[in-house]
Amino acid sequence: MTRNAMMDEWYPVGLVSQLDAHGRSTALMGEPIEVKRGDDGTATVARSDGRHLPVCIRYGHVWSSLGDPQKPLFAIPEADQPGRRLVDVGVVRVRCSPLRAVENFLDIAHFPFVHTDILGSEPHTEVQNYKVEIREDEDEVWATQVRFYQPQAAKSAEGGITTEYMYRVPAPTCSILYKTCPPRPGEWDVITLFVQPLAEDLCDVWPWMALFDDETPMTDLIHFQQTIFVQDRSILENQIPGLLPLDPGMEIPTRADLTSVAYRRWLKRHGYTYGAQLVAQ
Amino acid sequence: MKLYDYVLSPSCYKVRLMAALAGVKLDIWPVDFHPGAEHRGPELMALNPAGSIPIFEDGDLVLTESSAMLVYLAAKAAQQWLGNDTAMPAARVQQWLSFSHRLTASLGAARLHEMLLRPGNIDALRGQGTVALRELEAGLIEQRIRGQNFLASDRPTVADIACFPYVALAPDGGVSLDPYPAIRLWSRAVRSLDGFIEMPGIHRLHELKPEPGPEGGEA
Repeated sequence: MTRNAMMDEWYPVGLVSQLDAHGRSTALMGEPIEVKRGDDGTATVARSDGRHLPVCIRYGHVWSSLGDPQKPLFAIPEADQPGRRLVDVGVVRVRCSPLRAVENFLDIAHFPFVHTDILGSEPHTEVQNYKVEIREDEDEVWATQVRFYQPQAAKSAEGGITTEYMYRVPAPTCSILYKTCPPRPGEWDVITLFVQPLAEDLCDVWPWMALFDDETPMTDLIHFQQTIFVQDRSILENQIPGLLPLDPGMEIPTRADLTSVAYRRWLKRHGYTYGAQLVAQ
Repeated sequence: MKLYDYVLSPSCYKVRLMAALAGVKLDIWPVDFHPGAEHRGPELMALNPAGSIPIFEDGDLVLTESSAMLVYLAAKAAQQWLGNDTAMPAARVQQWLSFSHRLTASLGAARLHEMLLRPGNIDALRGQGTVALRELEAGLIEQRIRGQNFLASDRPTVADIACFPYVALAPDGGVSLDPYPAIRLWSRAVRSLDGFIEMPGIHRLHELKPEPGPEGGEA
């Protein structure tokens, strides 16, 4: 089965701040797992047969894998810059393919229609040309020079601005968005979407942020991002077909969908097909 | 007027929506309900021993039930929303205000289970939610036969605002609204109101374009 390729990846399975000895029962790609704080204070992740799984603590989350990860978890150097506020947004469950959740995060064209008056507004609906590449050295998908007019791009933004973005996909169910940082021009705010695949059509989504914003209360930062993501949730739960098609035929991409096209191509190349469908039905 | 608020809470949204429709400005205090569970912290438990939000304050008045908040806002700033001019609508308003708790306990709990991983028996919650939706559908159909588009009267009242959010968000908990045409028409009517505001999961009505075809201009 080609799905083995995704078995060796790292996935978020819980918030470090919510680890406790009682534990959290969850799942990874159909396998029930238990995430808890062990007697020595460190995080443990175990399958139902008691076998322990690899653990990594990073970016506010506990990460684990059903297989044998060949690489350490991807780096986000910006997240370690001093002065950033680290925001645990918390889990939101979505009945959709984990790959669909990431693909939606990469899409800009829906901003005026789904995140109306926040991330976009009519009639400013045009997606200008941007650059997309699969970076061979890093083995990541990147979209750069993405510009979009936004009425309220971030909690710290007053009024409408043209926001610049970069998108990055370093792992099949994780994406990082770099975004114009209104209080600190020259730096990028970091907004991530970490997706835990529970099943091929069910996922727990853990948004996380590393922002330069000394003003906004933490609760407001959390609520801003939860608002955006829950606006997407009902759309994601109604996408057809449920599994992400990796072969052409079912969906016709437009120029604005270049990132999605590259993401699908990259998934297919690696055999990252858990949550995907290979032949259009 | 101060509202302890959570942006994803349908009960908090009821109060924000009523205030917007009545033209009242609220002082919003965001509560970290998820993931922080701030509503169960000592400060808010002291204010509301039930450990729930919304909590509403106006001077010495503290309210912890959203239906009471709707009535207070309407009585202060939009009395036509009370619907209490004659006995029949007054009673219907009270009937649906009480009924709205069943929506919270069923559809609301199903939504929390499916979206924010709160414990619960999901099949039982969906079943109770479906029974409540059928009752609401029947009530709205009877109202239409009477020539009235809203739950308690021919105009919207606090009863509509008390029931609307958990119904509109039923699909978040995996309960479809497809079988309920009267509910969908009513939801449209609520979303068409002047001053209507949205919340995540409840989208505004987008402008309708003319139908294509012989009467609608270019095909």
